[in-house]
Amino acid sequence: MKILTGNDLKSGAVTWWTGYDWSLHVEDAVDAGPEAEAIAAREEAARRVNAPYVIEGTRDENGVRPAHIKDRIRALGPTVRPDLTLKPADPKAGNWVI
Amino acid sequence: MYKYDQWDQQMVDTRVAEFRDQVSRRLAGKITEDQFKPLRLQNGLYLQLHAYMLRVAIPYGTLDSRQMRALADIAERYDRGYGHFTTRQNIQYNWIKLEETPDLLADLAAVEMHAIQTSGNCIRNISSDHFAGAAADEVVDPRPYAELLRQWSSFHPEFITLPRKFKIAVIASKTDRAAMKLHDIGIRIVKNDAGEIGAEFWVGGGMGRTPMIAPCINPFVPIEHLVTYSEACLRVYNRHGRRDNKYKARIKILVHELGADEYRRQVEEEFAHLLTQGIEPPLAELERIEAYFADPAFDANAPDALDRSDPDFALWVDTNTVVHKAPGYVAAVISLKPVGGNPGDATADQMRLMADLAQQYSFDELRVTHTQNIVLPHVRKADLHALWTALDEAGLGTANLDMAGDIIACPGLDYCSLANARSIPVAQKLSERLAPQSAELGELKIKISGCINACGHHHAGHIGILGVDRKGVENYQLLFGGSEADDTSLAKIVGPGFDEAGIVDAVETATGVYLARRTEGERFLDTYRRIGIEPFKEALYG
Repeated sequence: MKILTGNDLKSGAVTWWTGYDWSLHVEDAVDAGPEAEAIAAREEAARRVNAPYVIEGTRDENGVRPAHIKDRIRALGPTVRPDLTLKPADPKAGNWVI
Repeated sequence: MYKYDQWDQQMVDTRVAEFRDQVSRRLAGKITEDQFKPLRLQNGLYLQLHAYMLRVAIPYGTLDSRQMRALADIAERYDRGYGHFTTRQNIQYNWIKLEETPDLLADLAAVEMHAIQTSGNCIRNISSDHFAGAAADEVVDPRPYAELLRQWSSFHPEFITLPRKFKIAVIASKTDRAAMKLHDIGIRIVKNDAGEIGAEFWVGGGMGRTPMIAPCINPFVPIEHLVTYSEACLRVYNRHGRRDNKYKARIKILVHELGADEYRRQVEEEFAHLLTQGIEPPLAELERIEAYFADPAFDANAPDALDRSDPDFALWVDTNTVVHKAPGYVAAVISLKPVGGNPGDATADQMRLMADLAQQYSFDELRVTHTQNIVLPHVRKADLHALWTALDEAGLGTANLDMAGDIIACPGLDYCSLANARSIPVAQKLSERLAPQSAELGELKIKISGCINACGHHHAGHIGILGVDRKGVENYQLLFGGSEADDTSLAKIVGPGFDEAGIVDAVETATGVYLARRTEGERFLDTYRRIGIEPFKEALYG
């Protein structure tokens, strides 16, 4: 699937395209399909996202998983600071990245 | 230490106001990201892996307790409670909000700090010896010269759009504690036989994609020409440096391709021309700056004796303190490398504690080192036990200076959008694995980078590790034989890379070869240089 990601303009937070809005949680990401680049351009022009780009990913019973480790780290947070991740209560959350 | 005058303060305050307006226009949609990006980068604001990252300059690594407390407050108010001290004597914050950045910069300006020229193709933060003013072996304190160059290079209209970023280090000791020969310009302040002060210029060093050790292009530039000669070096680079290929744009490529002799010839020609222009500030300006770096009021009767009955304290003293020029004093290094920790990170509370201790025990001075530690430069030996006790209680008392656990590591793929592999987890695992044998291993400098840009100085590691991307999987190349000190050398790749677990095993295997083959008094680096790479290859790859 084609996933559209970027950073929130004001906060810089990593965001994911949900089909109609942006979410901090990668599991909300949808397949942006062949329109991905056009959506990115439109959303950037509207200042709803900064530096958007399209990545490959998959969806299975565990949710959406970006193909590359860099984007999985972006999705969760640094692997070396569980307290700074989106799932600080789950010490094993980092395993999802590797 | 140097204090801003009215012009310094006005420049920084004006820049904050200017950036506030630029941010406002960006948020209002009056300028695009393409238009805004160079403006934010000129103020040290990057868009990194997770958020905006702000890099704050700490000129020649020197700061006082008020400034350190301000850095702590910023970590709490605008970030997530910590900061990361870097190999260029800067501090970086990883979770900055664009809309809050002008307020943050205003808070910095209030304590005479800024983030200007910490990014972009300009002359970056001037770095120096972290023991400057304290070292027993220095000719003079190098910081006034670094400060003069800081003032010359800040907002220099000719050098804010160089072919690439430009880094200068200034030292004044025979011992190099600033990786001077691995900078675009390395300057060593020296004294000639007549007792005159001058500057030795080493130009065209650097790590990154094409690592090179700088050649010496002039062994003695009279100090009254320091700025003029620097300007000549930059002018030749600015004129001929490659702008068509960013990978060949650093001055090291120009010096290499022209040859040191031809580059020197052109610099001398430009220097002769510049001498007719009168750009050098009067020596009185240097003397004005020097006055700010006068020695603090050392206690001439400070006792030299030390109670070493506490073995943990004695170990820390032996490992983390160095000889001071004043009797009864030492320079104390606070390790930001606890076993299993994130190299260079400090929490806001730790920063405040270091500020308090500097105020109490070190004439209100701190230094950031290029090895990502903090120095209290002037501590009475009589105060060391109290200092160590306070540090130890805060997790800052690790005794590992220049040892296996004192690992330089860039932020790597955990934070950096340029990185290909994570650096910090490797540093954590290695420091844990090697901690039990640390004393036996002695001096061992391990340096880890998460990409070829070499922010973790892997080329200069006795053991260097370079993270690369192999089809989406992290892979770690092992290098041996680098040094950033007087015996500067570039590390060589040993062989095929390893995965994350494998690289930790490989380093332990290599240290095993060292322990088995070393002779009396040899460091890992010495043994490697003596026996060569083959015994290590044999053990690692069979």
